[in-house]
Amino acid sequence: MSDDSIISLQNVNKWFGDFHVLQDVNLEVKKKERIVVCGPSGSGKSTMIRCINRLEEHQEGTIIVDGIELTGNLKNIDSVRKEVGMVFQQFNLFPHLSVKENITLAPIWVKKMPKAEAEELAMQQLEIVKIPEQADKYPGQLSGGQQQRVAIARSLAMKPNIMLFDEPTSALDPEMIKEVLDVMVDLAEGGMTMIVVTHEMGFAKTVADRMVFMDEGKIVEEASPDKFFNNPESDRTKLFLSQILNH
Amino acid sequence: MNEIIQSRKPPVATTGILGWLRMNLFSNWVNSLISLFVLYILFQFIPWILNWTVFAADFKYNFNGEEIINREMCSRVLDPETGGACWAIIYVRFYQFMYGFYPREEVWRVNLSYIMLAVAIVPLLFDKFPFRKHFLKFTYVFPIIAFFLLNGGLGLEPVSTNKWGGLLVTLVLGCTGIALAFPLGIVLALGRRSNLPVISMMCTLFIEFIRGVPLITLLFFGMVMLPLFLPEGIDMDGLARVLVAVTLFQAAYMAEVIRGGLQAIPQGQYEAARSIGLSYWQMNRKVVLPQAIRISIPSIVNTSIGLFKDTTLVIIVGLLDLLGIGRGALADTTWLGLAYEVYFFVSLVFFIFTFGMSRYSLYLEKKLKTGINMGAD
Repeated sequence: MSDDSIISLQNVNKWFGDFHVLQDVNLEVKKKERIVVCGPSGSGKSTMIRCINRLEEHQEGTIIVDGIELTGNLKNIDSVRKEVGMVFQQFNLFPHLSVKENITLAPIWVKKMPKAEAEELAMQQLEIVKIPEQADKYPGQLSGGQQQRVAIARSLAMKPNIMLFDEPTSALDPEMIKEVLDVMVDLAEGGMTMIVVTHEMGFAKTVADRMVFMDEGKIVEEASPDKFFNNPESDRTKLFLSQILNH
Repeated sequence: MNEIIQSRKPPVATTGILGWLRMNLFSNWVNSLISLFVLYILFQFIPWILNWTVFAADFKYNFNGEEIINREMCSRVLDPETGGACWAIIYVRFYQFMYGFYPREEVWRVNLSYIMLAVAIVPLLFDKFPFRKHFLKFTYVFPIIAFFLLNGGLGLEPVSTNKWGGLLVTLVLGCTGIALAFPLGIVLALGRRSNLPVISMMCTLFIEFIRGVPLITLLFFGMVMLPLFLPEGIDMDGLARVLVAVTLFQAAYMAEVIRGGLQAIPQGQYEAARSIGLSYWQMNRKVVLPQAIRISIPSIVNTSIGLFKDTTLVIIVGLLDLLGIGRGALADTTWLGLAYEVYFFVSLVFFIFTFGMSRYSLYLEKKLKTGINMGAD
């Protein structure tokens, strides 16, 4: 693993029962690198990024995040989760807490931040995702796009070095996709290390440093966006691109 | 060609009392017949019950104006045709119904406890209660105060629990059982869903064992077998032994109710909580349980009402709760045969408490439904 690598997956294997969902996955991510992962459904893209903050356990191989190896050691897992923020397809906001409380929860309880300071921090994060006026509403009162932006703010409040996005726009109505992608572009331009699982190829072309294409649990192709879209090597990639770009 | 449109009849009223009657009671012929039949029954029954319980009833004096001191003086014994209920039996034994055999000179302690119970519960029930935070502090220390107040100690004359009785025992069992079983039930529910096989198995075994056994068996177990498990020389109070049994029983049911609520929480909530770094306990305390308990409120109240009524079973092991005092009163030869009055009174007291609980749960459900729109989708 190279010196400026912040995430390193080496020969990672994972099974769901008999189903071999990750097969010898190797991936190095450098600091401030923006990686877009794509591939057909069931190809293991979500599972791979969920292994990076240990929402899923890998069974073979090594995963090192910011110098910490992910093993059964709970302390390591906790430290990694403090480094890594995650945004989910279904937002997963806490419906019984207001927007502000959703964001302040982890700073107050995990980082033991005083409440006033945490609230100030929450308002800063809401400014970043451009919805400070929604601070006192409940998630159920927001649109999907707004909820997803709150979810991003919630992750950012823990000041992570790495952000994982698991199909952040797949559950959104088309007119709301842009507002979420805009926030993600801002984040990328701010120098955040990002791994994004998405089918938004326009987003990939603008922000990605590297494209990763997965199929059947394997990384089939890794390339710069330019090469990936214009001159892919694998036939499987070509087929996938033709399917999603020409529909 | 323009024709003048015929004016239509106004629509049938659907609001107001008439509208309500028409919509709900007389919407068609079958409904109307059923409504009339039910109204007829009510018309027959309500005046009779009112007459028996209030207008023709004796409270302290019979229709001759004499103070009633035994069953022969009751109007309904003197004249079965016109006499109503003879509440004198309740009047004479009211002290026992409320306090059992608690010494009269110490009874202020029970009364004070009753008042403090009300003060402790009200801020728990209403989250808009003024100065709720300060009142809640009192709620937490109330059990300790009540323990010393009722039991004695700290300079107060000790009153043995075998002198306690009536409503006092019912409330002590009901309130303590519910209050202790709630946290215990949460722990058991979480334990049963734990990933650690030993913990999960132990909790499952405990819950299934307790649920598979009637409360009476547990009461006997508490009375007869619990002392065998205690070190020699330590004698556990009878009421405390029953309390242990009641609490364990209720905790098992509470655990299953809360587990039901936990199962309704989507996996994504756990994942989101873990991904922002919350520990297992923080996740449960701040994210999962508040939602799970909210979902289970109707069932929690339901089992609590069940427990409150089940406390009457303690009569089996010799404790005199409200119903026990009632049965004692019936066995008294001077008051023989006034079963209607006694059971009516006991039922009424239980009804007041349980109806209060069920109304409160409805209020909570309504409030939570309108207050916050649950569910992110």
